[in-house]
Amino acid sequence: MPQKIQITLAQMEAGQTGTVIQILGGRGLIRRLEAIGIRPGKKATKINSALFRGPVTLRVDQTQAAIGFGMANKILVEIDTST
Amino acid sequence: MKILLMGNPNVGKSVLFSRLTGTHTIASNYPGTTVGFTKGYLKLGEEQVEIIDVPGTYTLEPTSKAEEVAAEMLKEGELVIDVVDATNLERNLNLTLQLLERPVPVIVALNMWDDTHHRGINIDVAKLEELLGVPVVPTVGVTGQGIRDLVRRLPEAATPQTTYASSDERWAKIGDIVSQVQSLSHRHHTWRDVLEDVSNHPAGGAVFALLVLAATFFVIRFIGEGIINYVTDPLFNWLWTPLLMKLSLVLGSGGFWNDILIGKLINGEINYLQSFGLLSTGIYIPLAIVLPYIVAFYFVLGILEDVGYLPRLAVLMDTLLHRLGLHGYAIIPTILGFGCNVPAVMATRILESRRERFIAATLISIGIPCAALQAMIIGLVGQQGMQYVAIVYGSLFVSWIIVGLILNHTVKGFSPELIMEIPPYRFPPWRVIGEKLWLRVSGFIKEALPIVLGAVLVVNILYMLKVFDFIANIAAPVLTGLLGLPKETVVALAIGFLRKDVAVGMLAPLGLTAKQLVISTTFLAMVFPCVATFVILARELGARDMLKATGIMIAAALIMGGLLNLIL
Repeated sequence: MPQKIQITLAQMEAGQTGTVIQILGGRGLIRRLEAIGIRPGKKATKINSALFRGPVTLRVDQTQAAIGFGMANKILVEIDTST
Repeated sequence: MKILLMGNPNVGKSVLFSRLTGTHTIASNYPGTTVGFTKGYLKLGEEQVEIIDVPGTYTLEPTSKAEEVAAEMLKEGELVIDVVDATNLERNLNLTLQLLERPVPVIVALNMWDDTHHRGINIDVAKLEELLGVPVVPTVGVTGQGIRDLVRRLPEAATPQTTYASSDERWAKIGDIVSQVQSLSHRHHTWRDVLEDVSNHPAGGAVFALLVLAATFFVIRFIGEGIINYVTDPLFNWLWTPLLMKLSLVLGSGGFWNDILIGKLINGEINYLQSFGLLSTGIYIPLAIVLPYIVAFYFVLGILEDVGYLPRLAVLMDTLLHRLGLHGYAIIPTILGFGCNVPAVMATRILESRRERFIAATLISIGIPCAALQAMIIGLVGQQGMQYVAIVYGSLFVSWIIVGLILNHTVKGFSPELIMEIPPYRFPPWRVIGEKLWLRVSGFIKEALPIVLGAVLVVNILYMLKVFDFIANIAAPVLTGLLGLPKETVVALAIGFLRKDVAVGMLAPLGLTAKQLVISTTFLAMVFPCVATFVILARELGARDMLKATGIMIAAALIMGGLLNLIL
């Protein structure tokens, strides 16, 4: 049975891939994330996060990006744990 | 006609610009190298057209000052060359589609075309051209491939003016286009990927950064000292000194012209650090001491920039820099500051908020000594032992941190979080690195040499007019009381306003103790920036904030200098 859980990008484990569901933020944040390719429907792979709530590094398509921990906490992703 | 080169950050606009115009500009492998704009000219048939290298932008709805510049400039363009990173088609097309809504003809340069092959990306160019309704030309900026086609097809640039009701609709269209023109095939895990994995890992990254930092210092020192010991010193000692001695004889070994041109002879000989004539010290400081370090620094910086290491360093430094009211990206202007504070302050434009720009510019002016100053510190203070050089650097670093902590708590406004693209590691041809190095080194010679000569001339004239005795007596209480320096040093500190390297040079004949050298050079590095940096600070921050920053610098320098005087 497929198990789908929703967590934020900040909560993901390094190496995990999830589908972006929603950006829990204002228009400004949505626009800036969208500019570097992070928007609902995209698959995001978390590469790792820095210590002490430092920035989170992730890959979307061909782009590698780093975003602040607070921003990562506003990105809701869905992870399919059945596979 | 005005042609604009536009595109996302770090897609190679500046490299294409150099190719199109023959004008060389600084290009690097990180987003935001171009913060101002550069103009150049291209001969198109009979017509001379102006080409403008616009700062990179992800969108026409600006989110930073550099992006504002880009959006503003679009109004003036009569044709847009939209530079697209072929390895990142989907994200880049967002700007392309926004541009196609505007009433301006557009042509697309599909740049970094060579990279698509080893990344397993296949793009159907003809189909893309058909779907966009404007010409699409594959190009490779660093080799020049496709540039001719691009120029040939400029007249075909079209204005579809297709508009979209919302950004969702635009993204839907982009998805549609990408699915039709792009196919991905398997790609091998290369050693570049391994390197990327290591430097991205939090612990591995920190170790890697320390290794890079250590290697950087070693290589800069090795190259700088090497050039001084084996090239510039021998040249000056064997060729220049005999010439100057002859000139001195002709001038009668004394008198006005001898003093101005050659300076004072020490035991009947020229001493390049103490004579202080235009042709002796005035030439020796910039060309024999500073230039070797400029070459060494910009050579290493150029490699770090083009390889794409700096954005990774930014991620690593983010947590620390947040405590100083900045975010990781501020490390890029800071590192530029070790070369020269002028481009560093300009580069603070990549930061989003006014508060961040103020903090970053102030911290650079206080804690980051430029290459010219560093070369002189290593040369002069290093004679007393490298531990004293370490104290100078340590004091600057501590001041940088403490002033940052204070500013973070006192300056109003907010500092946003880090959000940045991390470019892949790239290895540009040596020719490209060499050209950039030459551009920066020749820039230094053209801009710094006249100011150094001017400063030396001013020093000589003021000495003759005995102005310094007057100033020295006024400043004596602060200098001797607080900093423990002889009153003569005030002359050097005052000249620091013109050029810091000349100022350190003026400390040489004073016979200072190691402690006094440490205090005076640290004070000199912190107290206020040179006149060139002042002008840029005023332009970037506004006159009021520039004065505020200067006040902070003077206060910090006095406190640090006083503390060193107590502790050492």
